[in-house]
Amino acid sequence: MEQSERVEPRSTEATEGDVTRRTEELFINMGPQHPSTHGVLRVLAKFDGEVVSEAKADVGYLHRCFEKIAEKRQLFQVIPYTDRTDYLSAITNELVFCMAIEKLMDIEVPVRAQYIRFIVTELQRIASHLIWFGTFALDLGATTAFLYAWRERERLLDIFESITGARMLYNYVRMGGVRNDIFDGFENTVETFLKDLEKRIPEYHELVTGNRIFEARTKGVGVVSREDAIAYGASGPVLRASGVNYDVRKVDPYLVYDRYDWDVPVRPEGDVFARYIVRMEEMYESIKLVRHGLADLPPGDFVGDVPRRIKLEGDAYARVDSPRGEVACYLVGDGSDQAYRLKWRSPCFVHLQMLDLMGKGGLVADLVASIGSLDIVMGEVDR
Amino acid sequence: MAINIFTFLHNFIVGSLGWPEWVYNIAAGAVKAQFVLVFILLNVLFLVWLERKVSGHIQQRMGPMRTGWHGALQTLADVLKLISKEDIVPEGADRRVFALAPIVAFAPAMAVYVVIPFGPTLIAQDLNIALVYIAAISSFIVISILMGGWSSNNKWSLLGSMRAAAQLISYEIPLVISIVAVAMLAGSLSLQEIVHAQQSSFWYIFVQPLGFIVFAVATLAELNRAPFDLPEAESELVAGYQTEYSGMRWAIFMLSEYGSLISASAIAATLYFGGWSGPSFLPPVVWILMKVYIFIFIAMWVRWTFPRIRVDQLMDVGWKGLVPLSLLNLVITGIYVISR
Repeated sequence: MEQSERVEPRSTEATEGDVTRRTEELFINMGPQHPSTHGVLRVLAKFDGEVVSEAKADVGYLHRCFEKIAEKRQLFQVIPYTDRTDYLSAITNELVFCMAIEKLMDIEVPVRAQYIRFIVTELQRIASHLIWFGTFALDLGATTAFLYAWRERERLLDIFESITGARMLYNYVRMGGVRNDIFDGFENTVETFLKDLEKRIPEYHELVTGNRIFEARTKGVGVVSREDAIAYGASGPVLRASGVNYDVRKVDPYLVYDRYDWDVPVRPEGDVFARYIVRMEEMYESIKLVRHGLADLPPGDFVGDVPRRIKLEGDAYARVDSPRGEVACYLVGDGSDQAYRLKWRSPCFVHLQMLDLMGKGGLVADLVASIGSLDIVMGEVDR
Repeated sequence: MAINIFTFLHNFIVGSLGWPEWVYNIAAGAVKAQFVLVFILLNVLFLVWLERKVSGHIQQRMGPMRTGWHGALQTLADVLKLISKEDIVPEGADRRVFALAPIVAFAPAMAVYVVIPFGPTLIAQDLNIALVYIAAISSFIVISILMGGWSSNNKWSLLGSMRAAAQLISYEIPLVISIVAVAMLAGSLSLQEIVHAQQSSFWYIFVQPLGFIVFAVATLAELNRAPFDLPEAESELVAGYQTEYSGMRWAIFMLSEYGSLISASAIAATLYFGGWSGPSFLPPVVWILMKVYIFIFIAMWVRWTFPRIRVDQLMDVGWKGLVPLSLLNLVITGIYVISR
């Protein structure tokens, strides 16, 4: 967004006798350095007192030319870059990129690799939602829930570290499979964690959900109607909280999602509270899916046959449901071993456009709650 | 002990030096102010550490552990850090007002201690209009917040200070009305008299439960503590009116905030829980400090548990909830006092 595009604040002038009073809306730069803009989001906001009359998101502070870099690197070198887009859900990014390559080159992925991918993806969803829960509660001023969520995520990161060797940016999913097999005793470690998490989530509900202040802060705030959500191209929990039953895992199943019976949490309200509940329920569904995956994990190879010479011909589009929404990768090849063009669909970028819609007419605190409920990761918005 | 110092001072100034009485009054006042200052500083030193420990344990952490035994020296380390920080005044700030604001915040926080009884004789000045004095002095703090917010030349600070003004003014009213009910019961505005009245009957919490609830909520709002910490709401207004303050200026704001927390807890203990009175196996000052710290602990507990309330809801709670409740309490108390 251009600096000059900044609209002058609306002002009024009134003359009483020989005194002229002039009032104007307060233009405020919310961010890039602000405690609750989740990184480097800048919101060009106009406040009429405490009421938000305009909130435009200004993005680009974390732009790292990911898509251009991807054209100049070998494909396996691009995978670590995908980690760094949505750094709170690195696995899904690697997954969608590798899925695009596999589609383009017709690589068969062994069933065991599919299952490992399936398990880590769902574990990643839990980790991401835990972070979101913590930071969202922090946005509302509830500091304790933040550390509760962090405690559980820590154990999940330990599990990831044991599998992949890294805690956040894994570089684990590879063309045709995953980098290495899971460790001995993986099932037990994960099962112990899942059991504890099942006990913890009711604790979160007790601490946050039933709280009168929390309900007053979130219900009816930042409402996105069903029509608006579809029109803006929302996806993931944001779309499902507006009453649209749409999940890429259901409508365009990948990995082994179609083999199991699981529910898509949907709420019709479209407000901040609905988005909160949808994500909390998704954690339960993820627990269910991880259990299924662990029970049915077959023996076999963890990586399939990948041709020695990589030749990208034609184009491929792959999409997955990341914790934040629909992440998609469009890969075009021109016969060389590097991508001719890579297009990354980022759900957070799409969701941020709705900020003005959600924030307008609300209070400053509502704007903060709305930003928090979108679960944005600026690394993904700017790429 | 305190009395001995003052008789000695009186003998020395008026008796030995032959100076007029008002010189003694000024000297005695200065000595008392030193007592109060040392009391506040020592308690705040402990309180900051306690707040960190309490929040840590509520949040499944340890809190500070490295500086001294269980982090006991953490506050001292913090003060050292704050003193050594650069004194930053933002460009375009109203320098004089900016520098004055922390002092204006600290003065009333300290002045309230004049009328708080810590024992049968341990009181700086037993004013017969102590309650009026408290209500008047404690509303001064809003001026300092407005000064700090306005002079910083920062929009977040301005928003924060405007919120503070609205909040403090609307919570002052139920606070004072609930205090009035206590004064009606005791038949006096002096805190010492109120303690004596409770000694001869009950603690007023038993006859004023509704009044105490209103008082407690309004006091939390007066102190700008969570869930009413809107003026410095971190996730919304960065740090509200404190945004541009750093180093010792910021520390003085914090000092006055914790000072107000102690004095407000002491007032709550005095008005509703019998003040310094208690079984005689412990000295009165121990009793009141125990009661004060119980209140402080509850305030911390609330702060680290609840989300922050929204500004319009804050006004709703104040005007539609607390004001009618406090008026109702006043009517009930009136009927009780007349029929007594």
